[in-house]
Amino acid sequence: MNSQQDYIKDITEIRSMMERSSKFLSLSGWAGIMAGIYALTGAYVAHFVFSFKPDSATYIYYNFGDLLLLALAVLLVSLVTAILFSKKKSADKGEQIWNSVSKRLLASMAVPLSIGGVLVLFYMSNDLYGLIAPTTLIFYGLSLYNAGNFTIKEVRWMGFAQIALGLINLWFLGFGLLFWAVGFGAIHLIYGIYMHFRYER
Amino acid sequence: MRVKLSFDDLHKAFESRVRLGIMSALAVNEQLDFTALKDFLSVTDGNLATHIKKLEQEGFVQVKKSFIDNKPNTKYTMTKEGRTAFENHLNVMEQIIKSQK
Repeated sequence: MNSQQDYIKDITEIRSMMERSSKFLSLSGWAGIMAGIYALTGAYVAHFVFSFKPDSATYIYYNFGDLLLLALAVLLVSLVTAILFSKKKSADKGEQIWNSVSKRLLASMAVPLSIGGVLVLFYMSNDLYGLIAPTTLIFYGLSLYNAGNFTIKEVRWMGFAQIALGLINLWFLGFGLLFWAVGFGAIHLIYGIYMHFRYER
Repeated sequence: MRVKLSFDDLHKAFESRVRLGIMSALAVNEQLDFTALKDFLSVTDGNLATHIKKLEQEGFVQVKKSFIDNKPNTKYTMTKEGRTAFENHLNVMEQIIKSQK
Protein backbone atom coordinates (compact mmCIF):
# COMPACT_ATOMS: atom_id res chain seq x y z
CA MET A 1 0.00 0.00 0.00
CA ASN A 2 1.16 3.49 -0.77
CA SER A 3 2.58 5.66 1.94
CA GLN A 4 1.54 9.16 2.83
CA GLN A 5 4.65 10.44 1.06
CA ASP A 6 3.41 8.92 -2.20
CA TYR A 7 0.09 10.72 -1.95
CA ILE A 8 1.77 14.01 -1.21
CA LYS A 9 3.94 13.47 -4.29
CA ASP A 10 0.84 12.55 -6.32
CA ILE A 11 -0.88 15.76 -5.31
CA THR A 12 2.21 17.84 -6.08
CA GLU A 13 2.35 16.31 -9.55
CA ILE A 14 -1.36 16.84 -10.14
CA ARG A 15 -1.00 20.52 -9.23
CA SER A 16 2.02 20.93 -11.45
CA MET A 17 0.33 19.17 -14.38
CA MET A 18 -2.80 21.30 -14.06
CA GLU A 19 -0.71 24.45 -14.11
CA ARG A 20 1.69 23.37 -16.88
CA SER A 21 -1.11 22.17 -19.15
CA SER A 22 -3.22 25.32 -18.81
CA LYS A 23 -0.75 28.17 -18.33
CA PHE A 24 2.27 29.28 -20.33
CA LEU A 25 4.84 30.03 -17.66
CA SER A 26 7.89 30.65 -19.80
CA LEU A 27 7.37 34.38 -20.30
CA SER A 28 10.50 36.15 -19.22
CA GLY A 29 10.73 39.38 -17.28
CA TRP A 30 13.64 40.36 -19.49
CA ALA A 31 11.34 40.30 -22.54
CA GLY A 32 9.18 42.94 -20.83
CA ILE A 33 12.18 45.06 -19.87
CA MET A 34 13.61 44.95 -23.40
CA ALA A 35 10.20 45.63 -25.02
CA GLY A 36 9.90 48.69 -22.78
CA ILE A 37 13.31 49.97 -23.84
CA TYR A 38 12.55 49.41 -27.54
CA ALA A 39 9.20 51.20 -27.22
CA LEU A 40 10.75 54.20 -25.43
CA THR A 41 13.45 54.40 -28.12
CA GLY A 42 10.77 54.16 -30.81
CA ALA A 43 8.67 56.90 -29.23
CA TYR A 44 11.78 59.11 -28.92
CA VAL A 45 12.67 58.62 -32.61
CA ALA A 46 9.07 59.22 -33.71
CA HIS A 47 8.87 62.48 -31.78
CA PHE A 48 12.32 64.00 -32.17
CA VAL A 49 13.56 62.52 -35.45
CA PHE A 50 10.38 62.00 -37.46
CA SER A 51 8.52 64.93 -35.83
CA PHE A 52 5.38 62.88 -35.25
CA LYS A 53 3.46 65.24 -32.97
CA PRO A 54 -0.26 64.44 -33.10
CA ASP A 55 -2.40 67.16 -31.48
CA SER A 56 -5.91 66.03 -32.47
CA ALA A 57 -7.74 63.09 -34.03
CA THR A 58 -7.49 64.62 -37.51
CA TYR A 59 -3.78 65.39 -37.24
CA ILE A 60 -2.23 65.09 -40.70
CA TYR A 61 1.21 63.52 -41.03
CA TYR A 62 3.10 63.11 -44.29
CA ASN A 63 5.98 60.88 -43.28
CA PHE A 64 3.82 57.89 -42.47
CA GLY A 65 6.00 55.43 -44.41
CA ASP A 66 8.90 56.00 -41.99
CA LEU A 67 6.56 55.92 -39.03
CA LEU A 68 5.09 52.60 -40.13
CA LEU A 69 8.55 51.11 -40.65
CA LEU A 70 9.63 52.33 -37.20
CA ALA A 71 6.53 50.83 -35.59
CA LEU A 72 7.02 47.51 -37.38
CA ALA A 73 10.71 47.46 -36.39
CA VAL A 74 9.83 48.01 -32.70
CA LEU A 75 7.18 45.28 -32.92
CA LEU A 76 9.51 42.86 -34.66
CA VAL A 77 12.50 43.24 -32.28
CA SER A 78 10.14 43.03 -29.28
CA LEU A 79 8.61 39.82 -30.58
CA VAL A 80 11.96 38.25 -31.47
CA THR A 81 13.36 39.18 -28.04
CA ALA A 82 10.32 37.73 -26.26
CA ILE A 83 10.51 34.50 -28.26
CA LEU A 84 14.26 34.08 -27.61
CA PHE A 85 13.89 34.62 -23.86
CA SER A 86 10.87 32.29 -23.68
CA LYS A 87 12.72 29.67 -25.70
CA LYS A 88 15.60 29.77 -23.26
CA LYS A 89 13.29 29.65 -20.27
CA SER A 90 11.32 26.66 -21.54
CA ALA A 91 14.51 24.87 -22.62
CA ASP A 92 15.84 25.32 -19.05
CA LYS A 93 12.69 23.62 -17.78
CA GLY A 94 12.94 20.89 -20.42
CA GLU A 95 9.68 21.94 -22.06
CA GLN A 96 8.59 22.74 -25.59
CA ILE A 97 7.96 26.42 -26.29
CA TRP A 98 5.44 25.58 -29.03
CA ASN A 99 2.78 23.58 -27.23
CA SER A 100 -0.99 23.60 -26.93
CA VAL A 101 -0.84 26.30 -24.23
CA SER A 102 1.39 28.73 -26.11
CA LYS A 103 -0.78 28.23 -29.20
CA ARG A 104 -3.90 29.13 -27.25
CA LEU A 105 -2.11 32.09 -25.66
CA LEU A 106 -1.20 33.49 -29.08
CA ALA A 107 -4.63 32.74 -30.56
CA SER A 108 -6.30 34.61 -27.69
CA MET A 109 -4.13 37.66 -28.42
CA ALA A 110 -4.50 37.48 -32.20
CA VAL A 111 -8.19 38.40 -32.31
CA PRO A 112 -8.05 41.81 -30.57
CA LEU A 113 -4.65 42.60 -32.09
CA SER A 114 -5.78 42.05 -35.67
CA ILE A 115 -8.97 44.08 -35.14
CA GLY A 116 -6.84 46.93 -33.73
CA GLY A 117 -4.47 46.57 -36.67
CA VAL A 118 -7.28 46.99 -39.20
CA LEU A 119 -8.51 50.09 -37.35
CA VAL A 120 -5.01 51.61 -37.45
CA LEU A 121 -4.78 51.00 -41.20
CA PHE A 122 -8.14 52.72 -41.58
CA TYR A 123 -6.91 55.71 -39.56
CA MET A 124 -3.77 55.95 -41.66
CA SER A 125 -5.71 56.00 -44.91
CA ASN A 126 -8.19 58.56 -43.56
CA ASP A 127 -5.77 60.99 -41.89
CA LEU A 128 -6.80 60.15 -38.35
CA TYR A 129 -3.26 59.80 -37.02
CA GLY A 130 -4.20 61.21 -33.63
CA LEU A 131 -6.27 58.11 -32.87
CA ILE A 132 -3.50 55.59 -33.48
CA ALA A 133 -1.91 55.82 -30.01
CA PRO A 134 -5.10 55.29 -27.97
CA THR A 135 -6.33 52.55 -30.33
CA THR A 136 -3.10 50.54 -30.16
CA LEU A 137 -3.10 50.88 -26.35
CA ILE A 138 -6.73 49.74 -26.02
CA PHE A 139 -6.47 46.76 -28.34
CA TYR A 140 -3.08 45.66 -27.02
CA GLY A 141 -4.61 45.92 -23.54
CA LEU A 142 -7.53 43.73 -24.63
CA SER A 143 -5.14 41.14 -26.02
CA LEU A 144 -3.21 41.08 -22.72
CA TYR A 145 -6.47 40.81 -20.84
CA ASN A 146 -7.26 37.68 -22.87
CA ALA A 147 -3.72 36.36 -22.56
CA GLY A 148 -4.04 36.53 -18.78
CA ASN A 149 -6.21 33.40 -19.02
CA PHE A 150 -3.28 31.40 -20.32
CA THR A 151 -0.34 32.74 -18.35
CA ILE A 152 0.42 34.40 -15.02
CA LYS A 153 -2.38 36.62 -13.76
CA GLU A 154 -0.22 39.76 -13.69
CA VAL A 155 -0.54 39.94 -17.48
CA ARG A 156 -4.25 40.61 -17.04
CA TRP A 157 -3.46 43.57 -14.77
CA MET A 158 -1.03 44.91 -17.34
CA GLY A 159 -3.90 44.63 -19.85
CA PHE A 160 -6.19 46.70 -17.62
CA ALA A 161 -3.49 49.35 -17.27
CA GLN A 162 -3.02 49.61 -21.06
CA ILE A 163 -6.78 49.82 -21.68
CA ALA A 164 -7.17 52.53 -19.01
CA LEU A 165 -4.31 54.55 -20.50
CA GLY A 166 -5.79 54.23 -23.98
CA LEU A 167 -9.24 55.36 -22.86
CA ILE A 168 -7.90 58.36 -20.89
CA ASN A 169 -5.75 59.24 -23.90
CA LEU A 170 -8.95 59.81 -25.94
CA TRP A 171 -9.58 62.99 -23.94
CA PHE A 172 -5.95 64.12 -24.24
CA LEU A 173 -5.15 63.39 -27.87
CA GLY A 174 -2.42 66.04 -27.88
CA PHE A 175 -0.37 63.76 -25.63
CA GLY A 176 -0.87 60.61 -27.71
CA LEU A 177 2.79 59.71 -28.10
CA LEU A 178 3.44 60.35 -24.41
CA PHE A 179 0.60 58.01 -23.43
CA TRP A 180 1.94 55.47 -25.91
CA ALA A 181 5.43 55.74 -24.38
CA VAL A 182 4.02 55.27 -20.87
CA GLY A 183 1.95 52.24 -21.95
CA PHE A 184 4.31 50.38 -24.24
CA GLY A 185 7.47 51.70 -22.59
CA ALA A 186 7.10 52.37 -18.86
CA ILE A 187 4.42 49.73 -18.12
CA HIS A 188 6.40 47.03 -19.94
CA LEU A 189 9.51 48.05 -17.99
CA ILE A 190 7.72 47.97 -14.63
CA TYR A 191 6.04 44.65 -15.49
CA GLY A 192 9.36 43.16 -16.64
CA ILE A 193 11.26 44.25 -13.54
CA TYR A 194 8.43 43.00 -11.30
CA MET A 195 8.34 39.64 -13.11
CA HIS A 196 12.07 39.28 -12.90
CA PHE A 197 12.21 39.84 -9.15
CA ARG A 198 9.03 37.93 -8.38
CA TYR A 199 9.57 34.80 -10.47
CA GLU A 200 13.14 34.64 -11.71
CA ARG A 201 15.32 35.05 -8.67
CA MET B 1 -9.27 1.64 10.87
CA ARG B 2 -10.81 4.72 9.34
CA VAL B 3 -7.66 5.14 7.24
CA LYS B 4 -7.82 1.57 5.96
CA LEU B 5 -11.34 2.20 4.69
CA SER B 6 -10.19 5.30 2.81
CA PHE B 7 -7.56 3.32 0.92
CA ASP B 8 -10.33 1.19 -0.57
CA ASP B 9 -12.05 4.32 -1.84
CA LEU B 10 -9.07 5.18 -4.03
CA HIS B 11 -9.88 4.24 -7.57
CA LYS B 12 -7.63 1.59 -9.10
CA ALA B 13 -7.55 3.48 -12.38
CA PHE B 14 -5.57 6.27 -10.69
CA GLU B 15 -2.82 4.09 -9.29
CA SER B 16 -0.57 4.98 -12.21
CA ARG B 17 1.01 8.38 -12.21
CA VAL B 18 0.68 8.67 -15.98
CA ARG B 19 -3.09 8.15 -15.73
CA LEU B 20 -3.26 10.65 -12.90
CA GLY B 21 -1.33 13.07 -15.12
CA ILE B 22 -3.70 12.56 -18.05
CA MET B 23 -6.70 13.23 -15.82
CA SER B 24 -5.05 16.34 -14.30
CA ALA B 25 -4.35 17.80 -17.73
CA LEU B 26 -7.87 17.02 -18.97
CA ALA B 27 -9.38 18.48 -15.80
CA VAL B 28 -8.18 21.96 -16.76
CA ASN B 29 -8.39 21.67 -20.56
CA GLU B 30 -11.65 21.30 -22.47
CA GLN B 31 -9.93 18.92 -24.87
CA LEU B 32 -6.39 17.87 -25.72
CA ASP B 33 -4.92 15.93 -28.61
CA PHE B 34 -2.51 13.04 -28.37
CA THR B 35 0.61 15.13 -29.09
CA ALA B 36 -0.27 17.72 -26.45
CA LEU B 37 -0.72 15.02 -23.80
CA LYS B 38 2.52 13.39 -24.86
CA ASP B 39 4.43 16.68 -24.52
CA PHE B 40 3.02 17.38 -21.06
CA LEU B 41 3.69 13.89 -19.74
CA SER B 42 6.99 13.10 -21.49
CA VAL B 43 6.05 9.48 -22.21
CA THR B 44 6.30 7.29 -25.29
CA ASP B 45 3.43 6.88 -27.77
CA GLY B 46 2.80 3.27 -26.77
CA ASN B 47 2.86 3.99 -23.07
CA LEU B 48 0.43 6.88 -23.40
CA ALA B 49 -1.91 4.92 -25.68
CA THR B 50 -2.13 2.05 -23.18
CA HIS B 51 -2.98 4.37 -20.30
CA ILE B 52 -5.57 6.29 -22.32
CA LYS B 53 -7.17 2.99 -23.36
CA LYS B 54 -7.54 2.02 -19.73
CA LEU B 55 -9.16 5.36 -18.85
CA GLU B 56 -11.42 5.05 -21.88
CA GLN B 57 -12.53 1.58 -20.75
CA GLU B 58 -13.38 3.00 -17.34
CA GLY B 59 -15.54 5.59 -19.09
CA PHE B 60 -13.45 8.45 -17.70
CA VAL B 61 -12.11 9.72 -21.01
CA GLN B 62 -13.94 10.25 -24.28
CA VAL B 63 -12.13 9.88 -27.58
CA LYS B 64 -12.98 11.92 -30.67
CA LYS B 65 -11.28 10.86 -33.87
CA SER B 66 -11.16 13.17 -36.86
CA PHE B 67 -8.96 14.10 -39.78
CA ILE B 68 -7.07 17.35 -40.23
CA ASP B 69 -5.42 17.71 -43.66
CA ASN B 70 -5.86 13.96 -44.17
CA LYS B 71 -3.87 13.24 -41.02
CA PRO B 72 -5.63 11.45 -38.18
CA ASN B 73 -6.21 13.70 -35.20
CA THR B 74 -7.47 12.27 -31.94
CA LYS B 75 -8.88 14.53 -29.26
CA TYR B 76 -9.56 13.53 -25.69
CA THR B 77 -12.05 14.97 -23.25
CA MET B 78 -12.90 14.10 -19.68
CA THR B 79 -16.34 12.60 -19.17
CA LYS B 80 -18.68 13.62 -16.36
CA GLU B 81 -18.01 10.31 -14.62
CA GLY B 82 -14.30 10.90 -15.05
CA ARG B 83 -14.49 14.28 -13.38
CA THR B 84 -16.49 12.92 -10.46
CA ALA B 85 -14.10 10.00 -9.99
CA PHE B 86 -11.05 12.30 -10.22
CA GLU B 87 -12.44 14.78 -7.71
CA ASN B 88 -13.39 11.95 -5.42
CA HIS B 89 -9.88 10.54 -5.69
CA LEU B 90 -8.39 13.91 -4.73
CA ASN B 91 -10.67 14.19 -1.72
CA VAL B 92 -9.75 10.71 -0.49
CA MET B 93 -6.03 11.41 -0.90
CA GLU B 94 -6.46 14.64 1.01
CA GLN B 95 -8.23 12.83 3.83
CA ILE B 96 -5.56 10.14 4.02
CA ILE B 97 -2.83 12.74 4.28
CA LYS B 98 -4.73 14.68 6.92
CA SER B 99 -5.53 11.61 8.99
CA GLN B 100 -1.90 10.50 9.05
CA LYS B 101 -0.52 13.85 10.12
